[in-house]
Amino acid sequence: MGALIVCAAVAAGCGDDSDDGGGDADEPVRLVVSAAASMTAAIESCAPRFEEEQNGEVRLSFAGSDELAAQIRQGAKVDVYAAANTRLPDELSSEKLLSEPVEFATNEFVLAVPGDSDIDSVEGVAEEGTKLVIGSESVPIGAYTRTMLARLPAGQEKAILANVRSNEPDVKGVVGKLIQGAADAGFVYVTDVNATGGKLKAIDLPEDLEPQVTYAAGVVSKAPEPELGRRFVDGLTQGACADALKESGFGPAP
Amino acid sequence: MTRPGWFPIVLGLSLAVALTFLTLPVVAIFIDSSPADLIASLGEPGALDALRLSLRTTAISIGIILLVGTPAAYLMATRSFRGKALLVTLIELPLVLPPAVAGIGLLAAVGPAGILGGTVEAAGIELSLATAGVVVALTFVASPFYVRQAMTAFAAVDRTLFDASRTLGASEARGFLRVMIPVALPGLVAGMALALGRALGEFGATLMFAGSFQGITQTVPLAIYDRFSTEFESALALSAVLVAVSAAILLSVKLVQGGDALGGWRAE
Repeated sequence: MGALIVCAAVAAGCGDDSDDGGGDADEPVRLVVSAAASMTAAIESCAPRFEEEQNGEVRLSFAGSDELAAQIRQGAKVDVYAAANTRLPDELSSEKLLSEPVEFATNEFVLAVPGDSDIDSVEGVAEEGTKLVIGSESVPIGAYTRTMLARLPAGQEKAILANVRSNEPDVKGVVGKLIQGAADAGFVYVTDVNATGGKLKAIDLPEDLEPQVTYAAGVVSKAPEPELGRRFVDGLTQGACADALKESGFGPAP
Repeated sequence: MTRPGWFPIVLGLSLAVALTFLTLPVVAIFIDSSPADLIASLGEPGALDALRLSLRTTAISIGIILLVGTPAAYLMATRSFRGKALLVTLIELPLVLPPAVAGIGLLAAVGPAGILGGTVEAAGIELSLATAGVVVALTFVASPFYVRQAMTAFAAVDRTLFDASRTLGASEARGFLRVMIPVALPGLVAGMALALGRALGEFGATLMFAGSFQGITQTVPLAIYDRFSTEFESALALSAVLVAVSAAILLSVKLVQGGDALGGWRAE
């Protein structure tokens, strides 16, 4: 029953049967990739190359890593899962829903503010009246944010949490609120800031505060196209998608 | 002797398919969540906050819709002028807009960087990331449901009654309040019920325009979405509550109307 509800709500990813019948050599196969929202630009730019090389169609679904994991748990027909942390792929793997996760990239956790903002440090975010937007607790960016805040002196952490005005379901929500001027500051990945073309600026955090952000991917156990899925995951560490990730500002796997 | 035709069978089958399709997801919600889970999840402060916020913002937005929508619908229904069809289309447009478009539109209009953003700010009104923003989003998406139904209801009123009251010296305002509204009431209530249901269920525009924060902007649909990935049980329970509240609204409207305004509640 649960899977049915999810399929009704999430039109992409499940619903229409991905099994096109036969499996003729010249019939393109379809790969369904669920990737963390923070990789949207990078994966979108390299997917056509992969399609060309593998003579297959790639269907991309971007959302918060937690949501994508929930869809897989509910039985969505997905081949590849690429998350913005290692915890969720590890969890899925231990539940036998995903292959052994491969760490393929790192990202930098930064403070993002509008291009013309005066805020230049975490102290600025703690000031009363600053409107802060962060990721909700269940999504990796929100978990990283809370990890980082917990490393601050208790008073400062409290002051910053008091300034939170919205818990967004994914990084897109945080970036959108900042670009629209609805918020003064947010915590996102440096790649999200790069993608705004100067509308936002990234402020580096002191190294002892910055959480380690590692991306990991795996092939879904019930993948309709496991082999092609494996090739896509391999391509995240070397090939068109690895290059695209690098170009977007992602770091190499640790 | 009439031969049993194939047509009634097609009709019956269609109804069976439609009923199954429409009720299955709702039934599944109740099958998947036990009553114990439901009660337990309501004990959670976040869920209660969401319910309270949903009821409060919906009530305010319905109040605004009734106050402004009723006279507006009356005017549209009782006058004929050039371009009326265009005006009706403009009023109905939000009905067919995807919630994401409503969210973007509201941001572009009254968001901090929107065309009227400066004016709103200068007036000291905070909309984005504030409860008032939720009310604006709900009002935008729900009002066409009421206004459209109200226009139909006013247009269907037998004008001789109203004209008689005018001949007897009553002002138009008096006629509107004493004749038009009471006679059109069943239609107005039906429109209000539709608007109420839509406002309670509003999701996309609220998230984009007002954000999601417990007790401030996180209404029940947003709370459901927030729990979907990590606490599916709790999301199911909140969904069940929303289904129950919405069903209660629909039923009470039908009962208030004695059963015929929305099309024969009781068997004839």
